Amino acid sequence: MSHPTLPCNVLKFKSTTIMLDCGLDTTSALYFLPLPLVHSSRLSKLPGWASKDGTVNLEKELKECAGRVFVDSQPEFCLPERELLDLSTVDVILISNYHCMMALPYITEHTGFSGTVYATEPTFQIGRLLMEELVTFMERVPKAQSATCWKNKEIQRMLPGPLKDAVDVWSWKRCYSMQEVNSALSKVQLVGYSQKVELFGAVQVTPLSSGYSLGSSNWIIQSHYEKVSYVSGSSLLTTHPQPMDQSSLKNSDVLILTGLTQIPTANPDGMLGEFCSNLAMTIRAGGNVLVPCYSSGVIYDLLECLYQFMDSANLGTTPFYFISPVANSSLEFSQIFAEWLCQNKQSKVYLPEPPFPHAELIQTNKLKHYPSIHGEFSSEFRQPCVVFTGHPSLRFGDVVHFMELWGKSSLNTIIFTEPDFSYLDALAPYQPLAMKCVYCPIDTRLNFHQVSKLLKEVQPLHVVCPEQYTQPPPAQSHRSDLMLELQPPPMAYRRCSVLGLPFRRRYERIQLQPELAKALVPSEIKPGISVATVSAVLQSKDNKHVLQPVPKPTPVPPSKKRKRLMEEVPELLSPKPLLSGSIPLDAFLASLHKSGITEVKVEETADGHILHLQAEDALIQLEEDATHIVCDNNEPLRTALRDLVLRFLQKL
Amino acid sequence: MPDIKVTPLGAGQDVGRSCILVSVGGKNIMLDCGMHMGYNDDRRFPDFSYITQNGRLTDFLDCVIISHFHLDHCGALPYMSEMVGYDGPIYMTHPTKAICPILLEDFRKITVDKKGETNFFTSQMIKDCMKKVVPLNLHQTVQVDDELEIKAYYAGHVLGAAMVLIKVGSESVVYTGDYNMTPDRHLGAAWIDKCRPDILISESTYATTIRDSKRCRERDFLKKVHETIERGGKVLIPVFALGRAQELCILLETFWERMNLKAPIYFSTGLTEKANHYYKLFITWTNQKIRKTFVQRNMFEFKHIKAFDRSYADNPGPMVVFATPGMLHAGQSLQIFKKWAGNEKNMVIMPGYCVQGTVGHKILNGQKKLEMEGRATLEVKLQVEYMSFSAHADAKGIMQLIRMAEPRNMLLVHGEAKKMEFLKDKIEQEFSISCYMPANGETTTVTTNPSVPVDISLNLLKREMALGGPLPDPKKPRTMHGTLIMKDSSLRLVSPEQALKELGLSEHQLRFTCRVHLQDPHSDSDTLSRIYSHLKSVLKGYAVQHLPDGTVMVESIVLKVSSSGEDPNLKVILLSWSYQDEELGSFLSSLLKKGLPSGL
Repeated sequence: MSHPTLPCNVLKFKSTTIMLDCGLDTTSALYFLPLPLVHSSRLSKLPGWASKDGTVNLEKELKECAGRVFVDSQPEFCLPERELLDLSTVDVILISNYHCMMALPYITEHTGFSGTVYATEPTFQIGRLLMEELVTFMERVPKAQSATCWKNKEIQRMLPGPLKDAVDVWSWKRCYSMQEVNSALSKVQLVGYSQKVELFGAVQVTPLSSGYSLGSSNWIIQSHYEKVSYVSGSSLLTTHPQPMDQSSLKNSDVLILTGLTQIPTANPDGMLGEFCSNLAMTIRAGGNVLVPCYSSGVIYDLLECLYQFMDSANLGTTPFYFISPVANSSLEFSQIFAEWLCQNKQSKVYLPEPPFPHAELIQTNKLKHYPSIHGEFSSEFRQPCVVFTGHPSLRFGDVVHFMELWGKSSLNTIIFTEPDFSYLDALAPYQPLAMKCVYCPIDTRLNFHQVSKLLKEVQPLHVVCPEQYTQPPPAQSHRSDLMLELQPPPMAYRRCSVLGLPFRRRYERIQLQPELAKALVPSEIKPGISVATVSAVLQSKDNKHVLQPVPKPTPVPPSKKRKRLMEEVPELLSPKPLLSGSIPLDAFLASLHKSGITEVKVEETADGHILHLQAEDALIQLEEDATHIVCDNNEPLRTALRDLVLRFLQKL
Repeated sequence: MPDIKVTPLGAGQDVGRSCILVSVGGKNIMLDCGMHMGYNDDRRFPDFSYITQNGRLTDFLDCVIISHFHLDHCGALPYMSEMVGYDGPIYMTHPTKAICPILLEDFRKITVDKKGETNFFTSQMIKDCMKKVVPLNLHQTVQVDDELEIKAYYAGHVLGAAMVLIKVGSESVVYTGDYNMTPDRHLGAAWIDKCRPDILISESTYATTIRDSKRCRERDFLKKVHETIERGGKVLIPVFALGRAQELCILLETFWERMNLKAPIYFSTGLTEKANHYYKLFITWTNQKIRKTFVQRNMFEFKHIKAFDRSYADNPGPMVVFATPGMLHAGQSLQIFKKWAGNEKNMVIMPGYCVQGTVGHKILNGQKKLEMEGRATLEVKLQVEYMSFSAHADAKGIMQLIRMAEPRNMLLVHGEAKKMEFLKDKIEQEFSISCYMPANGETTTVTTNPSVPVDISLNLLKREMALGGPLPDPKKPRTMHGTLIMKDSSLRLVSPEQALKELGLSEHQLRFTCRVHLQDPHSDSDTLSRIYSHLKSVLKGYAVQHLPDGTVMVESIVLKVSSSGEDPNLKVILLSWSYQDEELGSFLSSLLKKGLPSGL
C-alpha cells in the first residue's frame, strides 16, 4: 500500500499469511465535487468541462470551479491492492487502530476471504462508528448517476491536472453498504493488550498499546525463535489513550514501521494553542468557527482543551455543536473504555466519575450533539458558535452545508485540525472563499526524532518501512532530519513491492514426553556439554510437535507357518547411532587380554595398527577415525569384538 | 518429580474468608484474601501464621490475586498487607480495584465505628493497600516475573469478577473465584478456553443444587413481592450493594413499568447511586444486550427506584426496600428487619447464600426467636422466603466448566463438606480425574508430569515430516533418530551428523568384513544372481540391487563372489557392512551360511 499512514501490508511467516491493517485512502475523494445536504445553487450552476479544442466533452461528468476540474459523482476511494495476492489465502488481519480498518469490507467481502480479523474492543466499536458514519454520509444524498467516462485512459490523459495524474482510477470504488460493514465486522475477534493469540499453533500474535488512540495497538508476531514487530500509528505524547508499550518491542528481528506523523514540522501542543487563540478571536469578533474533524480521536482532546480554555477566555456561553450521525455514540463510547485510557483518566473512573470532561459539557448544555443539521438542530442552533463536524475532506457530511452557509463571510473561520488532507485541496471546490482559513494540523503520531530514539531503545536487527520515510519530504528536500537514517539502512517498500525478510529459521519447538525424557542417557562429551541419543516417534498436530517413546513391539503369537527365516528378518530402517572418538591401542589390547584373547600380533601401519588375532584367525585394523573388523565364520567372536570396540567410542 | 501444592487458609470445606495458597514451579501465590461473615473474633480472617510465624509475608509470596470485590474474597486484604505485612503485587481487575476499597471502608466503619472494635485496619491502611494493586485486563497475559504469568477470564459472578489462570513453565492452575455459567439480566456467562490446567480450583457453593430455570425463579420472586404489596405489606430484600442488587433492581424496574405499580421501591445507603455509576462506566463488563443498547438506554438509570431514608421504614403502606448487607448480620438491613419482623403481613426475601452464624442463616433455618444483643429476643413473624439469585454455578455449571477447561485434576473449595463430597464423587465418575477437597490448613499435593521443551533443528524436523508422509500410520510408527545436545540450559535436538559437526568431532567408521564359504556348482556370476534372487525373496521391503560391476547391494551392504583356484565350486562370498547396518549385516552373514535353497 502506498499511503504510509493508512497501511495495508501482508506478511507471510511460517506458512501463515497475515495482513497488517486495512487502511482506506480517502484522499481520492478530493477529486470529486462536494455532496451537499440541501440543494446548492452554486454547485449546480458550475460550468461543465470540455477540452479547448472541443474534442473531449465531458460536461455531464466534470465541472469546473475556480480553475479546477472536479468529477460530479459520488466520491470514490482508492483501495488497497487486490490483484497481487488471492485474498482468500489471507489467514488473519491484524488491525492497529480504527483509522486503519476502513477498507475492511473491500477486503473481506466478495473476495473469498474466510479468515479472522483481530482488533481491540475500542478499535472495533469506534471503527464501526466511523464506517457507519461514512455510509450514512454517502447514502443520505444519493447520486443518480456515476461518472466513468473520465476514467478512460485516453480521455484521462487529456484532462487538466491534477485529475490527469490521478493513479489507478479504475480501481477506485464507491463506498460500501451498511450490510457489507456488518458482515465484515462479524469476522472480527476482540483481543486485549498483551493477550497472546495462537495462530494455527505456528505463530503467536500479541497487541500492545501504541498510545495513539483508544485501543490502538502495535503487534508482535513471533514464534519461539523469531520476532517481528509491527509498529503502526504510535504516539509518545500524553493524550487520553494508555501510554505506548515500548519495552515489549525489544529483541525484534524485524520491525515494520508505518504510521509516522504526517506533519513532522508541527508540534501538536503549539497547534493546540493556535487552535484556541484563533477560535477565541473569531468568536469575540462575532464569527462562527467550523472544525472539520473525524468523530473520534483528537476531538476528545480538543473538547477537553476547550473545556478548560473557554472559561478562562471568558467565552463560557459560546455553544459547541458536534454534528454527526454517530456523535452521541462516540461521546458515550469514549466514557466506557477505562481500561484503555491513561492512568489519569483511569483513576477518575475509580471515583466513579466519567473519564472525559465532555460529560460535564453536555450536562451543562455547553456541548450539544445532533445526528445531522436537519431536525432539532435547525431550531436550537445559536450563533456565534463552534461546530465540530465531518468529513475532514469537505466532500461529504454536514460540513459541506456549513461551508456553503459560512463561506461567504470573512467573520467566520474554518480551522483544520486533521492532518489527512491538504487543506488547500479540500477548499478548492469552495473558491472563491471569504471565510478565514487556519491550518492547525494535530498529528500526535511519532516524529522522526522520536522514532530514532525509540529504535535506539528497542534495537531491532532490521527495520522495514515505506520508502517515503527513507528520503526527506518532496517539498522540504533539504531537511535531512525528516527521514529515517539507520545502520543498517532500513529496507524500504512501496505499493505492490515484495520484500524477503532477512532471517533464516533454524529451529522449531518440540516437546519430549516425560517418559521419553526420563529414559534418555546423557553422556558428557566435553566439559559442560552432554549428548544423548534420542530414538522416538514424532507426532505433529496443529503445528505442535511431540516426541513419544517408541512403542514396544507387540509380540506376534507364534504360528507354524511363519516359523521360518522370515521371522528373523530385522526391522527395516532402525539405524544405529553415529560413532565418534578413537581407540587407544594399549587400553584396547588390555581389554582383549581380559576377555581371553592373548595371542595378538600388532603391526604398525601408516595410519595406525593392524591387530592379528592369531588363535582366532581374525584381524582388527585400528585407525584414528576408523576401525575395521575382519572375522570369518565366527559370529560370537565378531559380536564380542564389536562390543569391545564400542566401549571406547561415543555414540551420537 | 515436580508437584503443585494447594493449601486453603480459608474456604476449605467452608464458605467465607476465601484464601488459598498455591505453590507451583517454585512460585507461591495467594488466591483471594477474604473475611468470614459468621465470626467476629480471630476466625474472621485467614490464619496467615500458617505462612510464617514471624515477619512479613513479602518474602514468601510472589503475588496475591483477588477474584472479585465481595468481602469474603477481599475483606482481609488490608489486614494482610498492612498489618501482617506484604509489599508485593496484588492483582485484580479494574472494576474490582474501583469497588473493593469502598466495600472495605464500609466494612471498617461498621466494625470500628459502630461496634467499637479496636485493632482493626484504618482508612489509611486501605489506601496504602490499594496502592499495591496492579490492574488486570481480561485475557491479558501478565508477566509477574520471568517465569510466572497470569491471565484473567470473565467469571460473570459480579461486575469485574474474574477467573485466573496461573502458569509457570508448562505447569498451570486455574482458580475460578465465584462464577456463573448462565448469563443473567446484567452479566454474561463465565468462559474459559481449553487451557488444560494441572489443577482446576473451583468454588462449589451450589455443589448439589441443580437450579430450575431462571425464568421460574424470577416469576416466583415477582409474584411474592406483588402479593405482599397488594395486601399492604412491606418487603425487605437484604442485598450487598453491588451485584445481585442491580440484577434485582432491573427485574423490579421492568416489572413495575409493565404492571404500572405505584408502591415505592427504595435502595438503602448512599452507595446506590454511586454503585450504579460504576455499572455505567464499566458497561463493557456487563452482558451483550446491555452493552449493545447502552447508548440508547442505560439500564442502570432507574426510574422507579429511589434512595432510602431511615425514617421511611416507619411509613405506613406497602413498600419494597433493598438494604445492605445481604446476610442480615449488621447495618441497615438488620435494623429494618428488627422493625418489620413482628408483622406477619411483611416479608423478607433472602436472595443469596447466608453463612453460618448470621441472622440470615438462622431465619432461613426456621428459627422463630432470635437472641439479639443485650439479651433481648426478637420474634420473627414476618414471612421468610429464600430465592437463590446468587450468581454461582450450580452442579451443572461446574461440570460445564470442567468440560470447557479439561483439567487434569480438580479441587473444590468454597462449599460445604457434605455437598462437596457428593460433587467430588460425581466428578471422579464422569471425568475420571482425581478430585480433592482439602480442609483449611490441609495441603493437597498433585504431582505433575511436564513434558520437556526442546529446540529441534528445522532440517531434522522437516526431513522427518517428509519421510513420515502426510498421514502417520498408527500401526507402523516411524522411529526418528536424533542427538540431544545439552549445553548450559539449552536443549537442542539435531541430526547425529549435525551434532558431530557442531561439537567438532569426527565420525569413527566401524566396519565389518566377513567371508562366507559356500558350495555352489555354478559360475561366479550365476552364484551372484542366485544370491540376488534369494535375498530378494527373503528381504521384502529392503532395497536389494544387482549392480553391473558384479556386486549385490542390500541397502548399503556390499556382497561379492569369488571362487578359489583349486575348487571352482567353492565360492567365497565377501560381505562388508558398517556399524550402522549391523543388524542387517549380521543377519545376512548367518543367512548365507545356511546355503542357497535348491529351488533357485
